[in-house]
Amino acid sequence: MTVQLQPPFRYVGKKRRVREDRRFVAGGGHYAADLVLAGMLHCAPVQSEHPAARIVAIDASAALALPGVHAVLTGAQLAAASEPLMNGANTPLVVRYPLAVGQVRYAGEWVAMVVAETRALAEDARELVQVEYEQLPFVTDGEAAMVEGAPLVHPPHGSNVLLDRHFFWGPVEERFAAAPRKLAYRVRWARSSTVPLETFAVTAQWDASQDVLDVWASIQMPKFPDQIARSLRLPGNAVRVHYDVDVGGSYGVKRGIKHAVLVGHLARALGRPVRLVEDRLENMTGGDMQGPERVFDVELAYDDDGRVHAMKMRALDNVGAYAGRSPFQLGKPIGAIVGPYAIEAVEYHALAVASNKTPQEAVRGFGQAPTNYALETGIDKVAAALGLDRLEVRRRNFIRAEQFPYLIPSGTTYDSGNYHGLLEKTVAVADLFAERDALRAQGLLAGVGIASCLEPSGGNSSFEPLLNPMNRTTTWMESCRIHVDALGGITAAMHTTTSGQAHETLVSVAVAEVMEIPPERIRVIRPDSLASLPSNSPVGSRMAIMLGGAAVRAAQKLRAQLLAIAAHDLGVSPLELRYSEGDVHAADGRKLTWQELVVIAHREYFRLPPGVEPGLSASSIYMVPTGGELPKDDKVQMYPCHSFEFHYILVAMDRVLCRPQIRRYIIGHDCGQVISPDVVKGMTLGGIAHGIGAALLEEFSIDAQTGQPTAASFMDYLLPSAHEVPPVEIVHQTTRSPLTVFGQKGSGESGYLGSPAAIAGAINDALAPHGVRVDQLPMRPALLSDLLEGTHA
Amino acid sequence: MKLALNVNGTDRVLELEDRTSLLDALRDGVGLKGTHAGCEHGVCGTCTVLLDGEAVRSCLILAAQAEGHAVTTIEGVTPGPGELSIVQDSFVETHGMQCGYCTPGMVLAAVALLRDNPAPTRDEIVEAISGNLCRCTGYGQIVEAIALAAERLQRSNTP
Repeated sequence: MTVQLQPPFRYVGKKRRVREDRRFVAGGGHYAADLVLAGMLHCAPVQSEHPAARIVAIDASAALALPGVHAVLTGAQLAAASEPLMNGANTPLVVRYPLAVGQVRYAGEWVAMVVAETRALAEDARELVQVEYEQLPFVTDGEAAMVEGAPLVHPPHGSNVLLDRHFFWGPVEERFAAAPRKLAYRVRWARSSTVPLETFAVTAQWDASQDVLDVWASIQMPKFPDQIARSLRLPGNAVRVHYDVDVGGSYGVKRGIKHAVLVGHLARALGRPVRLVEDRLENMTGGDMQGPERVFDVELAYDDDGRVHAMKMRALDNVGAYAGRSPFQLGKPIGAIVGPYAIEAVEYHALAVASNKTPQEAVRGFGQAPTNYALETGIDKVAAALGLDRLEVRRRNFIRAEQFPYLIPSGTTYDSGNYHGLLEKTVAVADLFAERDALRAQGLLAGVGIASCLEPSGGNSSFEPLLNPMNRTTTWMESCRIHVDALGGITAAMHTTTSGQAHETLVSVAVAEVMEIPPERIRVIRPDSLASLPSNSPVGSRMAIMLGGAAVRAAQKLRAQLLAIAAHDLGVSPLELRYSEGDVHAADGRKLTWQELVVIAHREYFRLPPGVEPGLSASSIYMVPTGGELPKDDKVQMYPCHSFEFHYILVAMDRVLCRPQIRRYIIGHDCGQVISPDVVKGMTLGGIAHGIGAALLEEFSIDAQTGQPTAASFMDYLLPSAHEVPPVEIVHQTTRSPLTVFGQKGSGESGYLGSPAAIAGAINDALAPHGVRVDQLPMRPALLSDLLEGTHA
Repeated sequence: MKLALNVNGTDRVLELEDRTSLLDALRDGVGLKGTHAGCEHGVCGTCTVLLDGEAVRSCLILAAQAEGHAVTTIEGVTPGPGELSIVQDSFVETHGMQCGYCTPGMVLAAVALLRDNPAPTRDEIVEAISGNLCRCTGYGQIVEAIALAAERLQRSNTP
């Protein structure tokens, strides 16, 4: 059990500059594409032009004849020299290599990799690679892919269904039979993604005299070095991943395992450093970075008061051509399947279906935002069916503050929360309904949107054994090591990459809080994977909890060491000593300063307690609070902590162009004890912007007739600009988690988890007086104006 | 081809392929890595540099077209090692960034705006950065940074 540090804090929660910003603002970040190595070669992929085809032959002779071209690697060659990429689902016959082997399964799939002296030359050469295809039938729609007789994406698997898990938690049928009211609906969440501005980049270099593969990559990937080593048939300690690369945005998708295996193989085979930096087209079509694409069919059983008693949810996710980790995105939402509501029984049917589309990758929230959208739509529908206020229906269904810790039907216990408190605080900011009515009186379409949802945080892996019993991974640690040098300087190490979440600032503040030494005096480093303790990565909204926890634990051990040294030197019990700002004070007024303690530890062994090792160093490998158990009876504790967000927004549009404009965006946010206020604010604002994209603009559309992507550039895949993102008013509430070192919860996914639902709710409120509604995202102007066509003004 | 480029006040002669973009010339030819590639088709603004003080997309300009013009990159608006300009410092003060990838382009867009308009309104700031995409921040703290920079610059006698 974590002993929690209590406020008031010295540094935690205080406004402080983010240390990473100083290098970024001067252009001094070190991104993967910035690395220049002597003799480095460059790659360009040959991509499939067909959604499904047999590869009959590849003729690279013309490309290889160009001076400066070093290799054209095909899938067959790579497959012979490597193991398939790791497969999270239990689908051994869905085999995936970095390059297509024998058959292409989506338009854009990488078929061969050209390696040349320059990137431009590699691009020239790929035009000369002749691939002969025999086209095959294809399917791009998830529901169509499940129909008997549909073209099989992986014929050996025998079906396009990669995951089919049916859960029953609580007395679902009883509650449905007893409920006086029921409703059923369908919502669709289109394929979008996080689309970082930096594409994926990786450079690898093989050191043949030491048998080490060095890798610099823009990644956010758990177990990244292990996966490269396994695939390249290398020992784990022969892959050295450099974690001090700055990652230019990820928000989940920068997994890049296929890229790294490919480049690692080439570097070894060619004896030269090899680099692959995707261009935007390659990234969007063949970078395997698209997010969930879901159809939800939901039924709710509720009563005349608007209390929802039971839910049946079927979630069908079109995961694309390969499995990877994507089916697990149906699993993580199980940990908050009822959202903030006291729904007593749930039936959940999770279906991951393969199609001839780009494979999915993890996206911010790991499937939670689509699930929240599906659930929030239902709560709004209950209100509409009963003619009740949507706020009131939420009040009636919220778990009450005194009910925490609260066990939901699917096995997760929510740590803490005060949902009613934050709702009231947020709606007190403005009467958006009155503002809406004023806009309507001006002739505009206007609507209020409401979404209340959870951000499960702490990043466990419980969904893996829950969805795939063959997979027994439950350990998901994060680590920190602190070292005090002989001059008294403190250096703390974290052991993964970072992609904009200010983890160095986090570590410095956490260590500073325990050591009572200003954060500015603490250096934070990211050593390479061979110099690192076990860790995962900044996924699952976990780093404030996990890396913060590890940093505090390590600092507490260091403090205990200092006290033990002082106690021995002063000849008193450690319990009689007081630690203050690096110095140790005895009750009788004697003290040992930080510098004196450092000198003892580093130089004066004769003053150390017997058996104590010299130097000052401590580390912690921190396990997810509440984590570690295998599922029982199809239930499991998913993430430990549950942040809460309440979105309350006003949208207006005119009925001709139907371009939704967000007039007010108010969000109530409760992530427990905030550690770095500016960082949390940025995460929330950025998450809302991302949600605006998913709700209104972004879709990896595909032409169903040809299977070709129709959104493969920033001209047709639209990211929100500063014009589309309104000013946001944030209302804070702090409900501390009992499980963490400072009472903190996660905030890395905040905003995004509820903004699409809130925007959809606002648009439907705006449409409601005209008798139409829309239950699919994104809600583009054309869709809305078509719906309004023929309705009365 | 041989090209003479003026980058951050220094004349440089580069040997480049004709087709080299200004972005690639700066990164690979001059070795200034602060200018980043985002989309390389002129939408995202990540590669923004100043050409005679105007914000332009270096991915859409050939290096050859920049001959005879003054090119300013993020390295050129940084006063010295470890130092920050008022605009840069304002971005740090408000945490107007996260991953830092779009930040050099964003800072240069702000510099170009504030050169012409020392007291911009919120709408003018939004308009000035609307051609620069940021995927991390949702723009809020960037807008705050530029407003703060404007206020500070008006009270300052150094840029």
